[in-house]
Amino acid sequence: MNKYLVNLKVNNMPVSVEEGTTILDAAKKLNLRIPTLCNHPDLSVAGNCRVCVVEIKGARLLAASCATPVSEGMEVFTNSEKVRIARKHIVELLLSEHNADCTKCFKNGNCELQDLASEYRIGDHVFLDLVKPAHKIQDISSPSIVKDDSKCIRCQRCVRTCHELQGISALAVTNKGDHQKISTFLNKPLNDVVCSACGQCINRCPTGALTERNYIEEVWKAIYDPTKFVVVQTAPATRVALGEDLGLPPGERVTGHMVSALKKLGFNKVLDTDFTADLTIMEEGTELLTRLKRALVDKDETAILPMMTSCSPGWIKFQEHMYPELLNNLSTCKSPQQMFGALAKTYYAEKINIKAQDMVVVSIMPCVAKKFECERSEMRDSGYQDVDYVLTTRELAMMIKQAGIDFGKIEEEHYDSILGESTGAAVIFGATGGVMEAALRTAYEIVTGREVPFTNLNIQPVRGMDGIKEASIKIKNVKPEWSFLEGVDLNVAIAHGLANARQLMEKVKSGEANYHFIEIMGCPGGCLGGGGQPIPTSPEIRKKRAEAIYSEDAGMPLRKSHENPEVIEVYSKFLGEPLGHKSHDLLHTHYKPRKRY
Amino acid sequence: METKLKKVDIIFEDDKTISPIGILEKTIKRSADEIILDLIDSGLKGRGGAGFPTGLKWKFTRNEDSEVKYVICNADEGEPGTFKDREILDRVPEKIFTGMAICGYVIGAKEGYIYIRGEYNFLLKSIQAKLDKFNNEMKQKHIDFTIYLKSGSGAYVCGEESALFESMEGKRGEPRNKPPYPTVAGYNNKPTVINNVETLVYTTMICHMGPEKFKALGTTDSRGSKVFSVSGDTPIPGIYELELGMPLNKFVEEFGDGDAKAIQVGGASGHCVPRKKFNDTIIGFEGIPTGGSMMIFNSSRSMYNVLHDYLEFFTEESCGQCTPCRVGCQQLLKGIEAVKRGERSPSYLDDLKKLTNTMKIAAKCGLGQSVGNPFNSIVDNFREEIIY
Ligand SMILES: Cc1cc2nc3c(=O)[nH]c(=O)nc-3n(C[C@H](O)[C@H](O)[C@H](O)COP(=O)(O)O)c2cc1C
Ligand code: SF4
Ligand code: SF4
Ligand code: SF4
Ligand code: SF4
Ligand code: FES
Repeated sequence: MNKYLVNLKVNNMPVSVEEGTTILDAAKKLNLRIPTLCNHPDLSVAGNCRVCVVEIKGARLLAASCATPVSEGMEVFTNSEKVRIARKHIVELLLSEHNADCTKCFKNGNCELQDLASEYRIGDHVFLDLVKPAHKIQDISSPSIVKDDSKCIRCQRCVRTCHELQGISALAVTNKGDHQKISTFLNKPLNDVVCSACGQCINRCPTGALTERNYIEEVWKAIYDPTKFVVVQTAPATRVALGEDLGLPPGERVTGHMVSALKKLGFNKVLDTDFTADLTIMEEGTELLTRLKRALVDKDETAILPMMTSCSPGWIKFQEHMYPELLNNLSTCKSPQQMFGALAKTYYAEKINIKAQDMVVVSIMPCVAKKFECERSEMRDSGYQDVDYVLTTRELAMMIKQAGIDFGKIEEEHYDSILGESTGAAVIFGATGGVMEAALRTAYEIVTGREVPFTNLNIQPVRGMDGIKEASIKIKNVKPEWSFLEGVDLNVAIAHGLANARQLMEKVKSGEANYHFIEIMGCPGGCLGGGGQPIPTSPEIRKKRAEAIYSEDAGMPLRKSHENPEVIEVYSKFLGEPLGHKSHDLLHTHYKPRKRY
Repeated sequence: METKLKKVDIIFEDDKTISPIGILEKTIKRSADEIILDLIDSGLKGRGGAGFPTGLKWKFTRNEDSEVKYVICNADEGEPGTFKDREILDRVPEKIFTGMAICGYVIGAKEGYIYIRGEYNFLLKSIQAKLDKFNNEMKQKHIDFTIYLKSGSGAYVCGEESALFESMEGKRGEPRNKPPYPTVAGYNNKPTVINNVETLVYTTMICHMGPEKFKALGTTDSRGSKVFSVSGDTPIPGIYELELGMPLNKFVEEFGDGDAKAIQVGGASGHCVPRKKFNDTIIGFEGIPTGGSMMIFNSSRSMYNVLHDYLEFFTEESCGQCTPCRVGCQQLLKGIEAVKRGERSPSYLDDLKKLTNTMKIAAKCGLGQSVGNPFNSIVDNFREEIIY
């Protein structure tokens, strides 16, 4: 449909924009920045903070520019006296309700409220302090998230995130007036409600009201402890985002710099979760083929299809709360981080002759749900907690800054061996569709002996940012042992963001879908948009990170998980075969239903 | 200027010659455009507070192209000191139904809802019985319109039209951004006419008696009459239908106890008029408008306490979503307390007055926008009482 162009003036400058454009976006076109707080490019319009108010000639009221569409002949002023006074008042009011103890705040230096306060030089407190003592008691019940109501400006971005993107509504607005706050069901601790621990709310909270539980000090302590051997693993998506927190633009690949920085921080070994991502493909791919055989040939009713991926702990927790009846659809594979932890404290410890109890495994993750995951009681198959600490990409950036490392200038280095080798298939785990693509690259080849029939191995139909993607791949000319798959259309689906996952689950539940394999990532865009990634986030930023991931893949010498030499070695020397006895003990897990209320 | 206080009997008039459904039948024989013209001609403005011309509201909604439209009667009546809608709902509900059905005919809606304040639930049974009968009669007469009752959640802000829609849709009662306005996207995002109880009864009566009779009452800016809820220091509290445009001194003569020092016109969100201004204050859209509440305070009252009560009310009843209102209300309340206790100098009141201006122009809905009305009118006129 053609849209009309609307002509207006902003600060006396003419501009033409499509009808329906907000004043905020029209001003952006003129390179005029209007401050915002409640507005976010991933979310619906709220128009509640009011810092974006502007004056419209002839109007009695100021208009919230984020929520007001342009109209023909409109004359807007973004910086008139009226606007300035109102905006300053609004920031002062927010601060009067805010525990503005910036020096003690995790968001110090990356806080939208702080930025506004310093822009408007709000020093003297005109208004009375309204911070409620009860709000200063932080909710630290969750291993992933800290909720601090005394920092909350009620912009409701978190509420919209949890509802619109994640389809959960673990956070909601309760009460009204001076008692209004962002709360959980019955105001229970965050750990006792349906929260998936995905951390998406953290990524969109403009202040320090929602942050990750940070374990930086614990990790420093382990590094400084001479009796500890500290190994660190880095998830696929961290290497395309870390730079953002260290002064680089979105979409820079910083793999070698990250490895180098980790070595400089004092970790004993710098290893790669990508290695266990490849291993996941071996286990999960085999599991899929086995399930298909049991279901299609043996008519075994316990072989449940569609099989669903299990590498996103936010997704797993969601499923445990929301669809406990579909838990048997989940692959039993642990996430790559937990496979790594279990192998590090067994296979690897043995190899390098370190006692498991002296080893500390630290993960650098784009994720906060992994903090929850590593504390799950199922994740102690080495006899110890397999992964000791999970740091977000953001926390790593903070450590790098603390250590005075000039990130842009350091030499690139390689991961240590073993448990450091990986393929392009592992890297793309960081993007939605990546696990599917990696699995198809391997499974197709196992079954047919040929590479997947896509140019340069790039399986385009499973890539991209559509919330739900579907694809069907015809399997032809199979090897004799896979004859039952001859001519089968392998139907797959991919969803990212839990609201999309929910849609897909409803389709599965109603029986309307006939998928064989489903990939779900809890976060929008997959791990590259994870709850532990640098803030801010937006569709454009995630697109740049995705491009970086796929170019990293394209540049790798090995692009298929089953070709990873270290993976081949771990099977020959330790695990035996995929889904074998040892794999079962160390690399697979089970799930438990959780309550919704 | 009219100097008399004229009592009127339109709203509650018991006309034995024609029933409300009779008025409906008679009216819908005319064209929708004629009805709209009559309403515009009558000068009727909304009685819910904002005073928007009713005929125009219906016209805009009629002009919207949509299969589904709604008529909603706002019976949330939450303004402190207002109880006239309750009386109307109790005594002449059929006149409300008729107004809604006429509106449905005019704009092309098939469904109407009465959103009734939770505190009025004791009225539900009797209204429902009368409504069932009315709906039945409409069905028999092949009038394709049905009215439903919805009981409200009890929050004051749910009387604000867009918060009311949210509440009816089962969501948290928070006002929406405007535009779009209800005439374009109201309940279920469909074009909607929302009118106050009293407004709807006047539409019925204007359709019945013609615009001339209505127009003959009141002033150029404030046509017709209105129902007032009179309370406070008065020997004769109650509901009175009076001609608009009356001077406040005449009102005080009639209703005061001889010692009135201030009248709060329009409830908590309205304006406070001190004795010295009674003579030159007109009650109407050209002077001080009111949704109907007239609260009389005599010299025994502390205006600090009056203001404090209002601010407590707003602090609690703000929906809390927007900064100017949620935090502003608290600052005003705590601010006058601090001045009273001597913790802030009297000049802090002037800082707060500036703040009310920001609230007035930057708050998201009428609630936050109007807190400055009582604040400024009381602080300006009774500054000593606030400070000492
Ligand atoms: C906070 C607030 C509360 C309101 N409460 C009511 C109410 O209880 N009843 C009412 O008719 N209008 C109320 N209004 C006004 C409505 O938003 C709306 O303007 C009115 O229902 C329109 O009807 P009218 O044109 O017939 O006056 C309120 C407005 C605000 C801002
Ligand atoms: S949230 Fe922002 S403004 Fe508040 S204390 Fe933290 S850094 Fe400062
Ligand atoms: S972590 Fe995820 S699920 Fe939990 S409240 Fe935040 S957005 Fe919702
Ligand atoms: S917790 Fe953060 S995102 Fe949520 S309302 Fe408060 S400030 Fe906004
Ligand atoms: S002005 Fe008050 S009641 Fe209205 S939207 Fe803002 S906070 Fe809610
Ligand atoms: S950014 Fe526009 S109201 Fe918050």
